[in-house]
Amino acid sequence: MTSTLFDKIWQDHLVSELEGGESLLYIDRIFLHERTGSIAMQSLVDQGRGIKNPEHVFCTIDHIVDTTPGRTDMTLLPSGHEFIRSTRKLALDFGIQFFDINDPRQGIVHVVSPEQGIALPGCIIVCPDSHTCTLGGLGALGWGIGSTDAEHAIATSTLKSRKPKNMRITFSGVTAPGVTAKDMILHLIGEYQASGGQGYALEFAGEAVTNLSIESRLTLCNMAVEFSAFSAVIAPDEKTIEYVKGRPYAPAGKQWEQAVEHWQTLKSELDASFDAEIVIDASKIEPCVTWGTSPEHVIGINDTVPDPLREDNLEKRAAMQRALEYMDLKPGEQANKIHIDAAFIGSCTNSRLSNLQAAAEQLKGKRVAEHVKAICVPGSTQVKAAAEKEGLDKIFIDAGFEWREAGCSMCFYAGGETFGEKQRIITSTNRNFEGRQGPGNRSHLASAVMVAASAVEGHITAPKQSGENNG
Amino acid sequence: MDKFTDHFGLTAPLMRINIDTDAIIPSKRMRSVSKHGLGPSAFYNWRFHEENVENPEFVLNQAPYRDASILLSGKNFGCGSSREHAVWALKEFGIKTIIAPSFGTIFYKNCIRNGILPATLGEKELEQLAESVANSGDKHSMIDLEKKIISHGSLEFSFEIVETDQKTLLAGLDPITQTLLHAKSIDEFISQDRSSRKWAHLD
Ligand code: SF4
Repeated sequence: MTSTLFDKIWQDHLVSELEGGESLLYIDRIFLHERTGSIAMQSLVDQGRGIKNPEHVFCTIDHIVDTTPGRTDMTLLPSGHEFIRSTRKLALDFGIQFFDINDPRQGIVHVVSPEQGIALPGCIIVCPDSHTCTLGGLGALGWGIGSTDAEHAIATSTLKSRKPKNMRITFSGVTAPGVTAKDMILHLIGEYQASGGQGYALEFAGEAVTNLSIESRLTLCNMAVEFSAFSAVIAPDEKTIEYVKGRPYAPAGKQWEQAVEHWQTLKSELDASFDAEIVIDASKIEPCVTWGTSPEHVIGINDTVPDPLREDNLEKRAAMQRALEYMDLKPGEQANKIHIDAAFIGSCTNSRLSNLQAAAEQLKGKRVAEHVKAICVPGSTQVKAAAEKEGLDKIFIDAGFEWREAGCSMCFYAGGETFGEKQRIITSTNRNFEGRQGPGNRSHLASAVMVAASAVEGHITAPKQSGENNG
Repeated sequence: MDKFTDHFGLTAPLMRINIDTDAIIPSKRMRSVSKHGLGPSAFYNWRFHEENVENPEFVLNQAPYRDASILLSGKNFGCGSSREHAVWALKEFGIKTIIAPSFGTIFYKNCIRNGILPATLGEKELEQLAESVANSGDKHSMIDLEKKIISHGSLEFSFEIVETDQKTLLAGLDPITQTLLHAKSIDEFISQDRSSRKWAHLD
């Protein structure tokens, strides 16, 4: 046996090998949201096709929905309610599991999916959303697909795919206090480029990975797509099993025992061979932040903005120059002196309970700087309720943060709400593309703890030392 | 799906790396539950300074390239969000082929599903091709998918595309219909899986 963890999951789902090197794979779960899922369902209706197994198809409302308290179907995006209403209608017609706006299970798809036990170790789950790779944190294999492939998966419970190559990324050693899973993944992309994982399924391994909580593992896998990887997985362990146990859609009774028995076999064999290996000394990783418009534009908090003229590759140099201009930064500027206008904590990367707890720790008894507009959007209605039970909402509100209803919110700009033209945002999200958070917005990606600490100081800064690395 | 066999068209060099799908179709421009009406919004934030005010510096706004149907680009074209709208927008805009050293994985698949050719060409060759297009009066190139060749003037390059994807495009196959040919093996797999991995089934 020389299989990797990824090989095993793939093999378990292999219906047949097709001509030309493609595999036909069985898909355990399909998750949809109102932004892209609505189109997939509508298109199936238009073609007169049905759904193979409604029990395995889920849908939430997260992308366009308003996140201000007291929300309705109406959104700031002029036609937003049409997406919400058509999704609702189609979901009900199709008879799939639907988490509507006021459902206590509602939230960002990749937060809800582990939380409800929909994503399980060893399962394949797809969604017309690129951050489905998040679920690798549980040992589930998830990847993002287009709407046409979503139609395919809904209609047939299968997908055709070519098997990607295997890459293992080992974070050896132990991270310093205040260094989070977000810093680990930013560091990786910064070192090995935004296209570094292209063609590969990643396995994250090593002491610094096994040390992570499940929620932090989800953060780590979330940005595999920013590394251009097909997906990423982490071998399930006792922590994973503990996490999944008792969740609403998780197996129970005898089936739970069978599942656990299976999950315990889900690891790469000692002699498994990987097509590529990266080893990173986790103890050397600093709190990281992006300076540019690609997730590879990463620097440590004590570094300075790089000089494009020192980049030999001309295409990369041109991209850096464009980015500096867009971001209104100069080479040599110190990361921890960059002034900010806004701070955002939320998104499928960093909006889970442990992220909010760690961020609140930074905010306790403090106030956000006068000129900073700060917003916290819990990843799911359940996270929000749990946070409120602990009084975290009060800490955020007392510090000057807005406290919102669950959803994607200002992780991306759909034509509705934004922080305003050209605002500079420190953000716990995953994409710093031009205009991602609004017209001319300048997004600096960082951990939730760094966002909180920076909001207080009014400029980008390292989180205050804490024993936790969950932010 | 339409068949793609060969194509002769105007070629535009858009030689930036990591062009993401947010740039190809800004989320703001995805206004209805539809695959249509997206063409005018392709590269919206680059093509327009503000509503309907064109940016004259953007290559696709310049006279010879306005009607381009072949795009040349830097590596990792179509990275980022999985939105298939990026492909629908390009298609409606008139793009038939994108040539780049590499593509975002999801975007690449979306191209194949919609009859657009994502052709892979080495960085050096691509540079040569882009330079040749930029410097010559005639911006047309010829693409032969069967032979996997793109030619411009006297230049000729073989590009790469996975064989199954090449076949899918050539034949214009509908993926769901193709898969349903395997309906029996799928059902057999599922009934077998229901007993071996019972825990993974909710029905
Ligand atoms: S939170 Fe952001 S990245 Fe995550 S699914 Fe929503 S829009 Fe996409």
